[in-house]
Amino acid sequence: MAAPHTLPDLATPDLPPTAPDAPPGRRGGRLPAFGRVLGYAVLAVAAAGLLLPFFWMISSSLKTNSGVFSIPVTWLPDSPQWGNYAEIWRISDMLTWLKNTVFLSVVVTLLQLFTGSFAAYGFAKARFPGRNLLFLVYIGTIAVPWQAYMIPQFIMMSEVGLTNTPWSIIALQAFSAFGVFLMRQYYLTIPDELCEAARVDGLSEYGIYFRIMLPLSVPALASLALLTFVTTWNDYLGPLIYLRDPDLWTIQLGLKSFVSEYNAEHALIMTGSVLSVVPIAVVFLLGQKYFVQGIATSGLKG
Amino acid sequence: MSTTTVGGPPGTGADRAKRWYRARRSLQGVSFVLPNFLGFGLLTLGPVVALFYVSFTNWNVFGKAKWIGLDNFTRLLGDSSFHRALLNTLYYSAFHIPLTLAVSLGLALLLNRKLRGVAFFRTAAFFPYITSIVAIAIAWNLLFSRDAGPINQVLGLFGVDDPPGWTASSDWAMPAVIIVGVWREMGYYMLLFLAGLQTVPPELHEAARIDGANAWQRFRNVTLPCLRPTTFFVTVMLTIGSFKVFDLILVMTNGGPGQSTLVLSQYIYQKGLVENRFGYASAISVVLFALCMAVTVVQFAVNRRRNA
Repeated sequence: MAAPHTLPDLATPDLPPTAPDAPPGRRGGRLPAFGRVLGYAVLAVAAAGLLLPFFWMISSSLKTNSGVFSIPVTWLPDSPQWGNYAEIWRISDMLTWLKNTVFLSVVVTLLQLFTGSFAAYGFAKARFPGRNLLFLVYIGTIAVPWQAYMIPQFIMMSEVGLTNTPWSIIALQAFSAFGVFLMRQYYLTIPDELCEAARVDGLSEYGIYFRIMLPLSVPALASLALLTFVTTWNDYLGPLIYLRDPDLWTIQLGLKSFVSEYNAEHALIMTGSVLSVVPIAVVFLLGQKYFVQGIATSGLKG
Repeated sequence: MSTTTVGGPPGTGADRAKRWYRARRSLQGVSFVLPNFLGFGLLTLGPVVALFYVSFTNWNVFGKAKWIGLDNFTRLLGDSSFHRALLNTLYYSAFHIPLTLAVSLGLALLLNRKLRGVAFFRTAAFFPYITSIVAIAIAWNLLFSRDAGPINQVLGLFGVDDPPGWTASSDWAMPAVIIVGVWREMGYYMLLFLAGLQTVPPELHEAARIDGANAWQRFRNVTLPCLRPTTFFVTVMLTIGSFKVFDLILVMTNGGPGQSTLVLSQYIYQKGLVENRFGYASAISVVLFALCMAVTVVQFAVNRRRNA
């Protein structure tokens, strides 16, 4: 598991390229210039492919219902129907769904930050018999798809009466092996000598965790927090299986039911979709760097 | 490391203090892991183990579980819906894995150069991955509409007179789902490849260039071998991800039209949580579990042999 744990800062634009362009003059200026133009062309096409669906989603959310499927496609509606964004709150329970989703996402994120980083300290810096074996078990379950054990999990949850309560989702999401893994990888980059010195100075293990490790691991905590928040916000299957009561629905469940109920209201469906994505977009744009670092860490395991 | 003799005469005071100190550290170590392990053990490890037991019973919603041995599995052999789900899962994987690999690696190579707008593009490419499946599936479903959907209109501009019906047609529903799957995940794997590309030493490229290797040769003989750990990890993740594909299909096509996009995970859901046949659904889960494990083990073995 000894991998380089320095995270490349992928979010900054000026990366040193690993394959530098040919030194000027070696092959004549024409070929690199051609490659450059081709590069931009491919980049432009790929960017269009990636972003057009989002663009169409937003523009359709501002169309009249009959305008969504106009021929030819309208990319910018002539008279934006801002009223759609008022209408959707009136005819759906959007507010309840959003409240439920925010509650679940925040609670799950806090719990996971605590249990994940706490356990990660145990795996990275403390010693106890069976530590490495237990960590292997954690890693192993990351490879087991949740779909494979959702049935026994559901049986257990219903035996203890947690189904159809928000607690089922919280219990489900708050103890992920992924969080432990991500935090442990980061703690491994913090030198042991630091903890040793603190021990000599009489700090307890808990003191080291709270006063040294936590403050030093803010970037990793931010990555885990953002990834967890987004995962919980976007989760569809968990709520689908456990939250049957409409009062408990999350935005994803609500949106899906809205689509089935108003399946001909294409413009409003797009309005709802945009509203469900906006909070995630904001979180993502603010914390971009941490997302990228979190993904890079979880991918860089050796 | 000095070891204290166990079972010998009572050690000196220093010995005892050391043993006490070590026991206390172990206990503290355990206390760190415990809060997470309680949840993890109960909600992940427990169900994984229980899965195998339940798959040998006829447990249903009334909570009556009778041991029926291999009955669930023999019934699976003759269950045509199960066969369909298995084949569809393999169909999805056979296209989703190589396509995503190729596209994400291509994008990573493109972004690993000094071009303007690269930082913006990196952000854009990652966005589909963090957007909820529900919103994405709804938008793509409308984009894929047969008659006036933007995609078919664009195809019409290119002279396609008889555009496919996409999610409304049993032949084209799976390709539609695969397209959206690749579109959604390529940004994520692109980031992993980008991180991997940072580990390729520039000197190697320089040396190869001086030896007269062209761009393709450098890619084949320098970049790809250096990327092998990343490629391996990405392939394992992609394979598991494809085998368990579920929510995308559930929201986009709900397995239809007919059973043309029914996949294993969805069949588990249908049998277990809609029809409440826990035992039978667990047997299907065991198959999914075994598939993922088998492929992962094979991939690890192949990877080890290549590295040897």
